[in-house]
Amino acid sequence: MIIIFAVFLLTLLVITAIGIVRAENLFVAVMLTSIFSLIMAANFFILDAADVALTEAAIGAGVTTVIFLGALSLTAEREKKVDVSRGLAICVVVATALVLIYATFDKPRLGDPEAPVHQHVAPWYLSETETLIGIPNVVTAVLGSYRAYDTLGEVFVVLAACIGVLFLFSARREKKNDNTLNSLTSPKSIGLQHHFIPRVVGRILLPFIILFGLYVQFHGEYGPGGGFQAGAILATGIILFALLEGEQRALAAIPSRALLWMVAGGAMLYSLVGVVGLLLGGNFLDYSVLSTDPVFGQQIGIILIELGVGITVCGALLSIFHAFAARENY
Amino acid sequence: MNPNDHLAALQVVIPLLATPLVVLLRSHRLAWATTTLTSLMAFIIAIALTMGVMSGHDYQYFMGSWPAPYGIELRVDALSALILLIITGASTFALFAAYHSIDDQIGSHRQPLFYAAWLLALAGLSGIAVAGDAFNIFVFMEISSLASYVLVAGGPDKRALPAVYKYLIFGTVGATFYLIGVGLIYMMTGTLNLADMAVRIQEVSDQNPVLVAAGFITVGLALKAAVFPLHIWLPNAYTFAPHVVTVFLAACATKVALYVLLRFDFFVFQPNLSGHEFQFAYFLMPLAILAILIASAVAMFEKNLKRLLAWSSIAQIGYIMLGVSLVDMAGLTASILHIFNHAIAKGSLFLAVACLALHFRDLNLTKIAGSARAMPWTMAAFVIAGLSLIGVPGTAGFISKWYLITAVLSMGIAGIALAAVIVIGSLMAVVYVWRIVEHAYFQVPENPVSAREAPLGILTVTWIAVLANLYFGLNPDLPVALSTSAASTLIGYIP
Amino acid sequence: MELLGYYNYWVFAIVLMIGFYAVIVSNNLIKKLLGLAIFQSAVFLMYITMDKVEGGTAPIIQAGVTDQIYSNPLPQVLILTAIVVGVSTTALGLAIVVRIKEAYGTIEEDEILAQDRPS
Repeated sequence: MIIIFAVFLLTLLVITAIGIVRAENLFVAVMLTSIFSLIMAANFFILDAADVALTEAAIGAGVTTVIFLGALSLTAEREKKVDVSRGLAICVVVATALVLIYATFDKPRLGDPEAPVHQHVAPWYLSETETLIGIPNVVTAVLGSYRAYDTLGEVFVVLAACIGVLFLFSARREKKNDNTLNSLTSPKSIGLQHHFIPRVVGRILLPFIILFGLYVQFHGEYGPGGGFQAGAILATGIILFALLEGEQRALAAIPSRALLWMVAGGAMLYSLVGVVGLLLGGNFLDYSVLSTDPVFGQQIGIILIELGVGITVCGALLSIFHAFAARENY
Repeated sequence: MNPNDHLAALQVVIPLLATPLVVLLRSHRLAWATTTLTSLMAFIIAIALTMGVMSGHDYQYFMGSWPAPYGIELRVDALSALILLIITGASTFALFAAYHSIDDQIGSHRQPLFYAAWLLALAGLSGIAVAGDAFNIFVFMEISSLASYVLVAGGPDKRALPAVYKYLIFGTVGATFYLIGVGLIYMMTGTLNLADMAVRIQEVSDQNPVLVAAGFITVGLALKAAVFPLHIWLPNAYTFAPHVVTVFLAACATKVALYVLLRFDFFVFQPNLSGHEFQFAYFLMPLAILAILIASAVAMFEKNLKRLLAWSSIAQIGYIMLGVSLVDMAGLTASILHIFNHAIAKGSLFLAVACLALHFRDLNLTKIAGSARAMPWTMAAFVIAGLSLIGVPGTAGFISKWYLITAVLSMGIAGIALAAVIVIGSLMAVVYVWRIVEHAYFQVPENPVSAREAPLGILTVTWIAVLANLYFGLNPDLPVALSTSAASTLIGYIP
Repeated sequence: MELLGYYNYWVFAIVLMIGFYAVIVSNNLIKKLLGLAIFQSAVFLMYITMDKVEGGTAPIIQAGVTDQIYSNPLPQVLILTAIVVGVSTTALGLAIVVRIKEAYGTIEEDEILAQDRPS
């Protein structure tokens, strides 16, 4: 039964991808991309990757779509139809696809417990996490502790994107003349204030979204969740508020300077936890020295860095959204 | 806590820690000062690591104190130390030059964000150089790539924007190909640690996914390293970036991708995939030759000074790949040496261009007439660095070209043809350097030139870089020792 | 189960190439970025496919249950990172496209090249 469902979802994935490429109306293409992400999240769920499904849904289907729509409103809505010869491109693409498919025939069977992937490192994680770190969600344990250095890098990737977007949008047109770095306020954005139903429903939903985001943040060690998902969900909630009530009120609630502090603060929190580990005698990002009981130290470390991740991701996504949203009145 | 034990980690952590601080700063002078200080600290750490490596100490660092392969491991050997020296050195020199050069290119309210991106690029590139884990390389590769896109986009000309867009597309496709390759290898070996991979890949080395993985990793990294014919993003990106950014990127951005390629290929693939050496040689050598000849030819006819030097860079990458494709001790030593010497030569050239651009806004060759009279020190620096690029005896460039020719001649008849290619490439370099010199020294300017010499600060930095060319040309012991050690480590894996 | 295993990888190859094709041939800059997003998502599918163990479940250790099989946690961690890297790249790319529109007035590649040609 599951197999049929999985095959159906995979085929739908291919059809949606073809639809995106062929759509000339960019708005349609972006909406299809959102659907593509949701189908991908469903696929991940079938493949037992609960954390990843949550992240793909929150970030892929949610935040990416919002940013694309923001960019679309500032650029163009339709794609121009161009008649060029596609022959060479099709040849390259088909050849690479065939090479990949040729590679699949020696791959381990899906789900084979004897495959190399499931030997060596993975069983160690599954068996040792309970004693070494003491939290049930092994994915969070790997993300937050064993491979915490990668996650540190990831936080700084988000920081890089935020810096990049702010830097690019800080270049002013020669005509206007304002002086502050973060003047992203838009004069007259009234949001959806004359649309009754979204406002009522949105207002009811918003506290639950924020609560759910906080739940995901702190419950990430026991169930699917963690800093990235939480940051995305919280950011989406506040973006919903901004869409309903208008840019002005959203920026009054959380000003841009505060967002910049969030972005920098989260990254600094993460790095400082690592440095504290260094100063207390362990290696960088060693949490077991944070407390007299190494297991408890691990848990403290993971909570702190997940907090850092959540704060940075939330701040960065909101900064990027505001940068796009404020640009049309620039 | 003894800092000496944690040097490898500190190399990356210090720039990372400084980034959020610089983001929050409002004063652009303070941002510059913090960034330059951090870069200087990173440079000192790189020198300390190099001295440690030269005295035989092989650094191995476990992040979070988790042993490999369960945690992430950092490894510094001779090759890493060489690349770290180039990265941190180029960054520090370019930052000192930025004090004068950046103000007319980027508004002062934007500079803190610009410098934060610079620190991220530094951290990302350093992170790649010390990494011993394949996925960790991907993460830091993306940090450095995103940061470099931001840096290039700071260029004042609007053509910087399509250039950086193309750079982004090519860079992301390259990184994703690399990711696919790593995924395929992980699927077949179950580990991400490079040393562990080299051991475990032996059992599965003849299966399809591994070969496909090797292909994807090579193509992905070649995209990032601007190996011909995947170099299309480079000329415009270098031309329209701010001048000090070009100094930084030209010296090290593509070299780091080449470093990963060498690491992966010799560490993981060469000893384990039968026939791989031949595939590598036969595939790469023609591309290297084409790069040298075609890129140098384009440079001979190019009118914009920066774009001319960018095409020259593509040709130099061709030289490096030529040495690599020989797959022997001499060729590898020559290539690694050329990575070092080219970084110094190109870095000084672009520093001189940054000085020139302070007073000659339009860098078209026809417009720099009279610059030799107005800015004699700048143009003299340019000439010496140009000589190093060509490979005149007494300069650093000569040493690496000499090693390359010796390595190639040991191949017999084919070697003589290859040596001819190298010499032709050098002759073409003479042509394009001479064109610049001719326009600067001998052309009569149409309008009277009102320029003065460049400020002392940026001039000093340029001349230190230029003198380094001469120093390492007459006294090449350090880079040669590092390169030989690095090459022997790489070759040591081939049975 | 065997066919499904291969089907996953074939879908990965096909979607990857659809995305790659969109990146190469699109004239519109936003369409290129959409293709890039699809291209990156396909890679996620490949990684997550390899983490499944037959009869397994999500790798969250259940207290007291000793004979449960768990799927592999490592590819999930890698893909979490990759998703975030993907959205960061997309955001930066879109910011560049918006600036291009402001500077050139168009986001069609051939028109941009035409404007730059006389330079």
